[in-house]
Amino acid sequence: MMSEMIVDIRDLYVNFNIYEGVTRVLNGVNFRVAKGEKVGLIGEAGCGKTTTVKSIMKILQMPPAEVMGGEIYLEGLDVLKMSQRDLQMMRRKTVSMIFQDPTAALNPVFKVGDQIGDIIKYNQLALGNKISKEEIHEKTVQVLKEVQMPDPERLMNSYPIQLSGGMRQRISIAMALVSATNLLIADEPGTNLDVTIQDQVLRLLGDLVEDRGTSIILISHALGAVKGLVDRVYVMYAGSMVEAANTEDLFSDPLHPYTKALFKAVPKLTGGGIPMGIPGRIPNYLSPPTGCRFNPRCSHAKPECRENAPPFYQVGDGHEVACYLYGGQ
Amino acid sequence: MNIKKYVAYRLISSFFVLFGLSLLIFSLSRLVPGDPARLALGPMAPQWAVDKLRAQLHLDEPVYIQYIYWVTNVFRGDLGQSLVTRRGVFNDIFEFFPATFELVIFSVILSTSLAIILGVTSGKYANSLWDNIVRVTSYVGIAIPSFVWAIMSVFIFGYLLRWFPTLGRLSSGVVMPTKVTGLLLVDSLIAGRLGVFRDAFYHMILPGTSLVISRLAQEARITRASVVENLHKDYIMAARSFGIPERTITLKYLLKPSLIPTVAIMGMDIAGSMGGSFIVETIFNWPGLGRYGMSAMLSNDINAIVGVVMLIGVFFAFMNILVDLITAYLDPRIMMKLRGG
Repeated sequence: MMSEMIVDIRDLYVNFNIYEGVTRVLNGVNFRVAKGEKVGLIGEAGCGKTTTVKSIMKILQMPPAEVMGGEIYLEGLDVLKMSQRDLQMMRRKTVSMIFQDPTAALNPVFKVGDQIGDIIKYNQLALGNKISKEEIHEKTVQVLKEVQMPDPERLMNSYPIQLSGGMRQRISIAMALVSATNLLIADEPGTNLDVTIQDQVLRLLGDLVEDRGTSIILISHALGAVKGLVDRVYVMYAGSMVEAANTEDLFSDPLHPYTKALFKAVPKLTGGGIPMGIPGRIPNYLSPPTGCRFNPRCSHAKPECRENAPPFYQVGDGHEVACYLYGGQ
Repeated sequence: MNIKKYVAYRLISSFFVLFGLSLLIFSLSRLVPGDPARLALGPMAPQWAVDKLRAQLHLDEPVYIQYIYWVTNVFRGDLGQSLVTRRGVFNDIFEFFPATFELVIFSVILSTSLAIILGVTSGKYANSLWDNIVRVTSYVGIAIPSFVWAIMSVFIFGYLLRWFPTLGRLSSGVVMPTKVTGLLLVDSLIAGRLGVFRDAFYHMILPGTSLVISRLAQEARITRASVVENLHKDYIMAARSFGIPERTITLKYLLKPSLIPTVAIMGMDIAGSMGGSFIVETIFNWPGLGRYGMSAMLSNDINAIVGVVMLIGVFFAFMNILVDLITAYLDPRIMMKLRGG
């Protein structure tokens, strides 16, 4: 285990208070990212991946969200106890996030250059520099070049609607790069782009964090993309982590029944027919199952699975799994 | 740049709209029962005088012939003669318009600024105590028509409390400043007479607020709804995640997209206040176009009615174009459509 953790989430519980009642979404999340580490976060839609990473920056909409328990340490400081000012400083110069949908994450009525410029301005302010308009312009051009955008000057004067999906994605990466000195969170980058562009975007992202030595949390459905890009993978199911391992270990030797089922559900280029999927569906968060939340869909479920959620068991080097099947080892 | 083309296109299409409006209001004014000539001259006038006036007004000819006479005159800048004031309708409008315009401008400034402030603060702090106060008050505001508010405010603020004057544009005995624009607030400042400015301003408060209160409430509600909607958009959360200060987020990234629906309704409201001023001006004895139009209707002064309605029509058409241009300025998505053709 690397000692210096940039993110260390311990036993995080988050509820959403909605009209129908209380949804208990995050159910004791444990999640760690070391300095300079590249971590993938996978799991099916609605399992709480985005909620987890949003809580790192404390940008969950509260209400309806409410943190019920747990701690989130970012570079050793508890985010949940930070003052408004410290939070602001952290967002300006330490961590930033690439949102799922770049079209929605860009303000439609302001020019791209204007939006990036503001981020640069406050990033520099947080670093203690007063920056002139010319310098902002220069830095904007520079960061646009870094994400391999042709003709940055023209681009800066465009509105998001004038750009293609791939360009918008690059713009949102550029925005995140400005203020992500230590940690970059990428929430399914390129999901709504076609596969070739998605691949380009992911490669670009990989190169950029490699050059800067930034830690990255990459959320993705594309298991293949995660495989090539990250050192370690967390598998999440219904509000908690079920397995964590080095990328190679995880793909060669998945342990948790959910992880196994997830990998089986991936269509193979060589195989015939459509893969089976995982029977059942993600639980309703208004009344989630007790114990391990995967138990209703799990073929190995034992009585104890319905009573208490299993803790993380260490199995081998850095391979952790939350399942009673491995409790005896 | 196709904006000029777009404006030209809109002007031409407005022309057709106004043409349609003129047909409608002209025929209506001629079809209502009652003889305008008889009404103008009074019950004691001899029949031959009435007949003479009818002939003079072409009232003895078919409506479409009358319309042709009217249209040809309009293109010469002549809207006909008012049967009440015995002067050209055009001159009358020219004289009464500034008073109404001043009132409308005053209420527009009042409603726009208040609607945005109320809408943004209550939307930003949705479901707070402040938001609930604003929401309940605006329901009350929307429910009360302007004339009820006018009469109530005359009674409360004019009669009981005696805070504000309730009649006319100036107190009696105050000499009108030299006419430059016809807007008393402006003219009194040009003349350097602050006392008159103050007096004119005081006179404007009750009619101005009466005219505006229900529109203000409606606009505040629309702004609030739009702010609430945009507040939960990803781009606001993204801006927050980059550490942009909350003030900048509200006043820049939230305000601009939220104003788009408000501007659309405001344009209509401004034009609508011209029509709304009919009753309010009558109640406050405000010497403007509304009172003029109202008395024209009561005395079947056909030329004046058509003239006033047409002016309001022109105002509506103009505001429509203006609103579209402002919306295009606020929203590049619409701008792109305009440029595309």
